[in-house]
Amino acid sequence: MQLSGTNMFIPFLVAGDPHPDVTIELALVLQAAGADVLELGVPYSDPLADGPIIQRASARALKQGMTLPRAIQLAGKMRKKGVKIPIIIFTYYNPVLQLGKESFFALAKENGVDGVLIPDLPFEESEPIRRLGAETNIPLISLVAPTSKERIEKIASQAQGFLYCVSSLGVTGVRDTLPEEIHEFLAEVKQYSRVPVVVGFGISKSEQVQVLKAHCDGVVVGSALVQKVEELSDRLLQQEQHALDEFRRYVEQLVAPLRDVDFYGGVKEDEREKRAARAHSLSAGEVARGSEAAIRVDERH
Amino acid sequence: MYNVPNENGRFGDFGGKFVPETLMRPLEEIERALEQALADASFRAEYMHHLREYSGRPTALTFAENITNELNGARLYFKREDLNHTGAHKINNAIGQALLAKRMGKKKLIAETGAGQHGVAAATVAARFGMECIVFMGEEDIKRQALNVFRMKLLGAQVVPVFSGNRTLKDATNEAIRYWVQHCDDHFYMIGSVVGPHPYPKMVREFQRIIGDEAKEQLLEREGKLPDVVVACVGGGSNAIGMFSSFLADDVELVGVEAAGKGVDTPHHAATVTKGTKGVIHGSLTYLLQDEYGQIIEPYSISAGLDYPGVGPEHAYLASIGRVRYESVTDEEALAAFQWTAKTEGIIPAIESAHALAKAFDIAKQRAKDETVLVCLSGRGDKDVQAMMHYLEGASEHAVIRN
Repeated sequence: MQLSGTNMFIPFLVAGDPHPDVTIELALVLQAAGADVLELGVPYSDPLADGPIIQRASARALKQGMTLPRAIQLAGKMRKKGVKIPIIIFTYYNPVLQLGKESFFALAKENGVDGVLIPDLPFEESEPIRRLGAETNIPLISLVAPTSKERIEKIASQAQGFLYCVSSLGVTGVRDTLPEEIHEFLAEVKQYSRVPVVVGFGISKSEQVQVLKAHCDGVVVGSALVQKVEELSDRLLQQEQHALDEFRRYVEQLVAPLRDVDFYGGVKEDEREKRAARAHSLSAGEVARGSEAAIRVDERH
Repeated sequence: MYNVPNENGRFGDFGGKFVPETLMRPLEEIERALEQALADASFRAEYMHHLREYSGRPTALTFAENITNELNGARLYFKREDLNHTGAHKINNAIGQALLAKRMGKKKLIAETGAGQHGVAAATVAARFGMECIVFMGEEDIKRQALNVFRMKLLGAQVVPVFSGNRTLKDATNEAIRYWVQHCDDHFYMIGSVVGPHPYPKMVREFQRIIGDEAKEQLLEREGKLPDVVVACVGGGSNAIGMFSSFLADDVELVGVEAAGKGVDTPHHAATVTKGTKGVIHGSLTYLLQDEYGQIIEPYSISAGLDYPGVGPEHAYLASIGRVRYESVTDEEALAAFQWTAKTEGIIPAIESAHALAKAFDIAKQRAKDETVLVCLSGRGDKDVQAMMHYLEGASEHAVIRN
């Protein structure tokens, strides 16, 4: 599956938070709401690159017995339930080492995984994983940060899939503002990158998406969504349809700027076609839910 | 010839830099600054000046005559790191790193601490060199080590409680690294042990090797020969690396002592080399305590300073090549050594150091009288007396009545 594109919306979920079955439901909602790629986070006991929101979600998911092999198998289950968009496994390095690098890629292949992102595996340590990724066609997504400076060229020139730009110093989380230098940083990265450039860390509002959109090929939204899941957690566990609907509306307003959709004003014609085409390949239930939401958006018009 | 780490920060398979991309350039900057500093005689002179004038080095080498007589075996020597300013070997490294931070133009220090010894050392040098200092400490350790928390505050440091995980050293280290990721432009992260990503294990070794260098010279002067056995306790392992580094090329038996807690066959221990498996923790590939899925397991020890699920990558390497033997000592054995050393030699050791002492006593007993055993007494036990009183006498009211 292709990871490329423009105006990509890349949501992040923690596998197993609050329950593996709910993660599948949420993935289907994200797909229907216009997600282009799904980042599926593997919970870890010591998530060094993550802020409090994802730390808490990881703890919840670990309590559900989530592990790296189970998270990869969850991707496989998503495929069976109708998730068609590319899935990237986001995991810290240690679980990969314990599973074994080769076994990791074999299991990922078997379960329809399209990419892997390892936040604590910098370029210098990544050669074996990049090689295995190339062999199995499951690229290792590289990251560049505002501190990367002269490292950008080296990393960008080797990037596979897409290149992930860390928006600002710090760990994952919800930030009110992004640094002013971000546009310069993105411009520099784009100059060296042969693959799409996406931005993540701190993005939590549609206004931020609107501002970033002209400067990159996509945005990653993690903590903001995970926080929404946390908020809805009890209701999601009780399989409340309203909770999924609320999640979907939340996602739609984040995606709207990327689709030239005025969320409060309605969906543009070409976007409606695009969604219809997307929904076409989904399960019957999903199509029903998909059109329901589209109608709801239109009703506000 | 022993020449590790290589330019990638590897000690054989171990070590390396497993950190978020944001930290790679800051690490490269520290690496460059460190190499320049180590090659600069004036930096060395400044470091030695502060060790002498401020920390009181060289520390004494004490012949443990009473214990030697009672054990009726090898002659026992204590390298007295407890006599350093702030009461432990941690200050050697804190001075070195503070001078490096100064050289790099950084005036804000970040530190993590378990028992509080490194936190106190960091806060101390920050005060001395006019720097700001923020110390991350697990909430559980804050409760266990209230006195050290007060010390750090007295020294002007900000102590930040950490509520994640088991709220101990591992979690404090995670949080310190997270804070560093956000503030790497103007903060210097001062790690307290030979752990973390390259160049930290090497840097801390270079700032701790003074322990072994001094001890070797002192013992040669006293005994006219090298020790037969050198013993040191290992949590992250900085006092042990500092001690061992000077003897790696010699025909000397080296023994690292880990915390066996309630026993290495129970789940309650911190014996990382003995029981751990290869993996990545805090930016370094080393041995660690983990489950089959790579989730890190919380360690246990009576000693907050040995209560760490990983170990310095150089120790992992030294174990893998068989140059150092790693053994373990239980809470109970350490407590016995703690009391015996106090009563017999008039020295109250840190409970961490008591682990090394317990093993050293064992070894000395089995050796001939013309052999010598050198043990690193890494810190003093003042910080532990209250906790030990609870352990030894039961409830505190009890202790008061009995006394």
